[in-house]
Amino acid sequence: MFVARVVGEVVATIKHPELEGRTLLLVQPLAPDDTPRGARVIALDAAQAGVGDRVLVLDEGNGAAQVFGRPRGPVRTVVVGVVDEVTEAGSSC
Amino acid sequence: MHFARVIGTVVATEKVSSWRGIRLLLLEPTDPRGTPSGKRLVAVDLVSAAPGQRVFYVRGREAAVALPVENPADAAIVGIVDHVRDETAV
Repeated sequence: MFVARVVGEVVATIKHPELEGRTLLLVQPLAPDDTPRGARVIALDAAQAGVGDRVLVLDEGNGAAQVFGRPRGPVRTVVVGVVDEVTEAGSSC
Repeated sequence: MHFARVIGTVVATEKVSSWRGIRLLLLEPTDPRGTPSGKRLVAVDLVSAAPGQRVFYVRGREAAVALPVENPADAAIVGIVDHVRDETAV
């Protein structure tokens, strides 16, 4: 899993049936100091996250299938939590 | 899932039987704004995408299980981008 910031949404009328009815969030992975790190990716929302939220993103197919209670499909990247706080060796951010 | 633009088609008459009837498209990975961002790749097309369209795709095991039958795909197009709302865009 990695920590990311929700920076937008993606609208797609035509998509794989397994993605129907799910919100596609645009997420920016973050470094431990909250600065952007790496490429933005699309994640399915399973945590009612919104733009601006710092979130926990799962990037593994088996877990993703489990989250939605579905057999394995083309789903791998899922927002599974909204981060309240990250504490690292005595400091919090 | 990652952004890309469809830049061509790949025709292969002889291919693994599980890809029969499946189109192969040439993709150029992009960032959310559509700027090219990586090495081109071939992906199976599950959404009838066309050259020029912006799409998103999955890589790895999730591409193989996107098709109804077991197959060796390592990239699969799973959606056509209508619009990206990027709140941080200038």
